[in-house]
Amino acid sequence: MEWKRRHLLGLEDLSAGEITAVLDMAVSFKEVSTRSIKKVPPLRGKVVANLFFEPSTRTRISFELAASRLSADVVNFEKSTSSAVKGETLKDTARNIERMGVDIVVVRHTAPGAPHRLAEVLNISVLNAGDGAHEHPTQALLDLFTIREHKGELKGLTVAIVGDIGHSRVARSSIWGLKALGANVILVGPPTLVPAGFRKLGVEVSHNLDEVISRCDVINMLRIQFERQQSGLFPSLREYSRLFGLNRERMQRAREDVLIMHPGPINRGVEIAPQVADGPHSVILEQVENGLAVRMAAMYLVTRGR
Amino acid sequence: MNLVIKGGRVLDPAGGVDSVLDIFVRDDKIAALGNVPANPDMTIDATGLIVVPGLVDMHVHLREPGNEEEETIASGAESAAAGGITSCACMPNTEPAIDNEAAAEFVILQSNRAARSNVYPIGAVTAGRKGEELAEIGGMVRGGAVAFSDDGSPVSNAEILRRAMLYTKMFDRPVISHCENRELAGSGVMNSGMVSMTLGLAGMSNASEEIMVARDIALAEITGALLHIAHVSAAGSVELVRRAKEKGLRVTCEATPHHFTLTDECVRLFDSNYKVNPPLRTAEDIQAIKAGLADGTIDAVASDHAPHTEEEKDVEFSFAPFGIIGMETLLPLVVSELVKPGIITLQKAIELVSTNPAKILRLERGTLTPGAVADIAIIDTETEWEIDVGSFRSKSRNCPFHGRKVFGRALKTIVSGRIIHEHSPGHGAGGRD
Amino acid sequence: MAHQVIVDSKELSKLVEKLASDISHEGKSLQDIAVVGIHKRGVPLAQRLADIIKARWGADIEQGSLDITLYRDDLSSAPAQPEVHATKIDFDLSGKRVVLVDDVLYTGRTARAAISEILDFGRPRRIEFAVLVDRGHQELPIRADYVGKILETTSSQMVEVKITETDGEDMVLLISKGE
Repeated sequence: MEWKRRHLLGLEDLSAGEITAVLDMAVSFKEVSTRSIKKVPPLRGKVVANLFFEPSTRTRISFELAASRLSADVVNFEKSTSSAVKGETLKDTARNIERMGVDIVVVRHTAPGAPHRLAEVLNISVLNAGDGAHEHPTQALLDLFTIREHKGELKGLTVAIVGDIGHSRVARSSIWGLKALGANVILVGPPTLVPAGFRKLGVEVSHNLDEVISRCDVINMLRIQFERQQSGLFPSLREYSRLFGLNRERMQRAREDVLIMHPGPINRGVEIAPQVADGPHSVILEQVENGLAVRMAAMYLVTRGR
Repeated sequence: MNLVIKGGRVLDPAGGVDSVLDIFVRDDKIAALGNVPANPDMTIDATGLIVVPGLVDMHVHLREPGNEEEETIASGAESAAAGGITSCACMPNTEPAIDNEAAAEFVILQSNRAARSNVYPIGAVTAGRKGEELAEIGGMVRGGAVAFSDDGSPVSNAEILRRAMLYTKMFDRPVISHCENRELAGSGVMNSGMVSMTLGLAGMSNASEEIMVARDIALAEITGALLHIAHVSAAGSVELVRRAKEKGLRVTCEATPHHFTLTDECVRLFDSNYKVNPPLRTAEDIQAIKAGLADGTIDAVASDHAPHTEEEKDVEFSFAPFGIIGMETLLPLVVSELVKPGIITLQKAIELVSTNPAKILRLERGTLTPGAVADIAIIDTETEWEIDVGSFRSKSRNCPFHGRKVFGRALKTIVSGRIIHEHSPGHGAGGRD
Repeated sequence: MAHQVIVDSKELSKLVEKLASDISHEGKSLQDIAVVGIHKRGVPLAQRLADIIKARWGADIEQGSLDITLYRDDLSSAPAQPEVHATKIDFDLSGKRVVLVDDVLYTGRTARAAISEILDFGRPRRIEFAVLVDRGHQELPIRADYVGKILETTSSQMVEVKITETDGEDMVLLISKGE
């Protein structure tokens, strides 16, 4: 399957073949990271700009490293998106960046659709590093990659995503990716965080982790924050942790070969117990490593795409 | 000045007229139907066209005072004229709000100065539209206000609205209600449904409107006031009004063209020209609105013309202001989406855009009866044309219908006997003799 | 298009035997040697060389494979994606005599890319290049140290090598356009 796209904006419109192309490509790039010189030259002379309107050190560093391992030069722009702060518009910022000779812009933004707008007005490639609660394609791809590495293929696997699904771009992208590759998805959380409407996307919705945990091949724990979006949607972190936290007692009901994942950063003791995060089933650190390979693959492919 | 409009199909539901007739306009009034002088000063050839009472758009936002770069009363009056609208009522959410006699009078003065379509002020219900205290409704009536509303915002406090309804009753003017439960709507930017769920955008549910419609109808019942529900968008709202009417309550309501034409699927493009409050909803809601228009539950079609500058709208969907302009697309959408597919007759359409809004606002307009003010629109319903936002008379361009092929266009708009708008090239336009 | 069999199955085997002999200097130079096949036909060729060396002189030599797509200087004409699992160098290169193996030497760009890639893995003592067929028309100052057969070709001709492991049969074809 050939990758022909100039942008990576989300997984909703990608076919199974396209997703697999990225994952296969990432295998080659993972190998690069095992060499003594962790660099290959395909993006030599190209410039990758990180345009982050939402603070994120980890993701930005991951994209930066990915770009430099492809021998690209990296520039970083960090701006505030407070709508009260009337500065340069997103479009103007991006156009300026394009004029400076940037080849790929990696965008993270609080507003859904921001990367899509950019893709419409720019001639360079746009990679979505997270747009509000809409999509976070590279995160979902690296999760798929990690699962595939351990389980061989995704078809027929049961994957649970636990947490604030309603506000989660990781959840949305993952749903598209998992379904495209034939996995069964169970969304878990309280009704206030997991809208029943998601069932119409062909996934299962459960409000009881204990009931479904023994069926899961993979459990992906999302970070729970008691911040503005989520405040008032559940009574306390303590209650959330008791009902939906992945602790050792719950793990006893899980499968022997279950994979525990988390997009990070982890809230130890809230959504996941430290012993589980560090335990034998956890592939959380591998996810970070795979993120690099997947992002290298995404960058390489969009520069080749028409 | 004697003006004769010759050979058009005169369609005036208020006067019970629907036939090919000549109209005699003397100075600013309609002098006679059928019986016309032999040598008028001017003749307009309306063969093949429809001659109707000028449209009355009872819900527009003109941004004067305060945001004149978006629209002024003058540019709004021009935009209205281009749309065949001879009278429009503008909401008070200007800066400062229209909440006193002088502010209301200002609108009338500006309208007169512009000398295009008539602009009538809708006064605020509460001082500053803050929802806390009654505004000087009596003063505003003296200043020319035709109705009262805090539109843009709901009156969230039910007791305040109850008092306002009671108080306004003595002036025999309607209270126009923007029905939105702010707590439920939250930070919503579009309809709450499958699309908002998929896009990760906060949604405003049908319930956030329906709850307030139910509340306001209950208040209308206990106060006996005249209640008009603005921009009905949810299926449940239509049903609530239907039942209120069955009970004999004095409740009227309106719907906008975009709410019977577009669904929330449009938002997938992340184009803020689809961002409006109340939001575009689903096909089921559109069905309910069309049914409500056909069976008389919905009394009027109004544009909710809400101008914004390009800089304001050309930002991320989440950050853009709500609003679509609509005076120049009102008529074409009514004709194309409702009349042509046979959902309502042309007669019903004219009731919705002229007869009824005039009645609700107690304007002596919306009719072509001899003796009435000569506010007339000559429209062509048979020639297809393409909406070109660039040619709009409005100062703003925030419209989702650019490029859309439609039927229905005002070729001539006449206010008080004077032609204030002509669309060229001439379609049955006779020119002066 | 005219297809001419320049090397048949029997002769191809002989050429590979000769290469094995040359590379190993008749079996006298087998310490610190590694054969690295360049994807795709260089890989099974490298495997054959290693097998022959093992069979004739009993030595197990290091083997590796390289996909050079990421190192090409003409990315726009490269296939959209390189082959997966193609690059495998799981031994230490330092101090080794690395022999790159490919089926055809033509412009030399593939070999140049392979050299760049090998150097990103480590610092070999020597890099040498073995090809089954050298068809001339090098565009870079690249030469093969070990050549199975030299072929005079024009740039309008194509040389196609078939290897059983990838193509089901062993032969070298010279394809001329026109006629």
